[in-house]
Amino acid sequence: MSSALSIRQLTKTYGNGFQALSGIDLDVAEGDFFALLGPNGAGKSTTIGILSTLVNKTSGTVNIFGHDLDKSPAALKRSIGVVPQEFNFNQFEKTFDIVVTQAGYYGIPSKVAKERAEQYLTQLGLWDKRDVPSRSLSGGMKRRLMIARALVHEPRLLILDEPTAGVDIELRRSMWTFLTELNEKGITIILTTHYLEEAEQLCRNIGIIDHGTIVENTSMRNLLGQLHVETFLLDLKNTLSAPPQLLGYPSRLVDSRTLEVQVDKAMGITALFTQLATQNIEVLSLRNKTNRLEELFVSLVEKNLAKVAV
Amino acid sequence: MNSELQPNLVALQTIVYREVKRFTRIWPQTLLPPAITMVLYFVIFGNLIGRQIGDMGGFTYMEYIVPGLIMMSVITNSYGNVVSSFFGSKFQRSIEELMVSPVSPHTILIGYTAGGVLRGLMVGVIVTLLSLFFTHLQVHHLGVTILVVVLTATIFSLLGFINAVFARNFDDISIIPTFVLTPLTYLGGVFYSITLLPPFWQTVSLANPVLHMVNAFRYGILGVSDIKISVAITFMIVATVVLYFGCARLLVSGRGMRT
Repeated sequence: MSSALSIRQLTKTYGNGFQALSGIDLDVAEGDFFALLGPNGAGKSTTIGILSTLVNKTSGTVNIFGHDLDKSPAALKRSIGVVPQEFNFNQFEKTFDIVVTQAGYYGIPSKVAKERAEQYLTQLGLWDKRDVPSRSLSGGMKRRLMIARALVHEPRLLILDEPTAGVDIELRRSMWTFLTELNEKGITIILTTHYLEEAEQLCRNIGIIDHGTIVENTSMRNLLGQLHVETFLLDLKNTLSAPPQLLGYPSRLVDSRTLEVQVDKAMGITALFTQLATQNIEVLSLRNKTNRLEELFVSLVEKNLAKVAV
Repeated sequence: MNSELQPNLVALQTIVYREVKRFTRIWPQTLLPPAITMVLYFVIFGNLIGRQIGDMGGFTYMEYIVPGLIMMSVITNSYGNVVSSFFGSKFQRSIEELMVSPVSPHTILIGYTAGGVLRGLMVGVIVTLLSLFFTHLQVHHLGVTILVVVLTATIFSLLGFINAVFARNFDDISIIPTFVLTPLTYLGGVFYSITLLPPFWQTVSLANPVLHMVNAFRYGILGVSDIKISVAITFMIVATVVLYFGCARLLVSGRGMRT
């Protein structure tokens, strides 16, 4: 599969001397749904800023669909759509005008621009708000407006910087569906998010960035495969006064009806239920204590923190 | 046709349309105030005080100050349009819409400058029409009149652009108009001929670029001027070219817009 994005030895040092990126390499294949994760200040937004040309890189190369950032910036810009973290549209302009004007900046004639604006605003549930000044939209609507604006020139790569931040769960799920459909149509998507459940659910490949370096770049399946121990919470039918003796399964009582159990992948979960049944402990339901990706993310970032500290 | 030319022409049309829409939408802030201010100037300076002053340069005082007042409104509005629109885009970060798009820096610059020039000219036309209620206007040299007013509007649009690029807050966009532009305009021969000044101050006044613009425009309307028209027009053309390339360089560097 051809490459959508190829970054080599990308560095960024800001005017105050802060080194945000220290030579990252990153590849995203065409058609991928890619998660770029990292703690606050790790370098995610700087990377996206460089891709969208709002941040000047210090050194390194960026290539998007064969267009080099230094040699053919206009072609590169035409192939990407960016949804930034912060609202960055004119608060006094009407929703429809914002999308049509953005299309004009990409050289799309007015008639086509208006048709596309209608199409994307309708798909994102904003058509009935077309004549409303953007400042009067809700936070979720503003985010959807930025997605419509980023799509109006029909980019091959869509970059979203925390698109669901502050968005309620219902809307977040409808945005997931919309993004999945876009990806199925062939649009490559790069997403940054703090909701790791979101990344796990949507993305096939993942890059974790921390302290300006890529600490992991692999498929979601491989990454989750690195998780050897998962922690489950079991809701019990009857109360317990002490944790049961479970051979090979460290456990503790969270409260009299909730048991926390660590399950090693090598042991599996069947033997756990056999032991519980032997002790007449009935389980009503079970769930992961934390998101699986979250457990890995925290451990990877902690490992990197230890390395940086050394 | 160059593959980048057609999209840039559409982008230019988009920017100019958006700029014109902006200043016409907020006409009580952009088009009405200069009309009211200039009517007050015509009534107070031209009519009431002017009658006491008598002739100047062979014309009534009202006739003499009308070209200067038209230029004054063109200067203020061309500058004000670009500085407030471009800084407003920076402040709201909507400038990023343009920066991430493939629009060339020249298209952005020409678009914003055209917006400033069009507002300057629109206000100039409004003030000219209002002046007809107070005096009879002739046009001595139409070509010079149009050339000078367009060059002046362009120069001050570009200066407004530079101000907006360097501005970090709203104070920064009002300092230059208040402390530089207004004094230069008032001392630029709008209300008087520099022949009334002592020789030393006449020489000093020649360093004021607004004096050249006002007098060149007055020549176009009335046929009288305190300075050489050829020098004034050459100065304006050189200033336009130098400012244009300076602004383009600022845009390419992304100063105040890219980190």
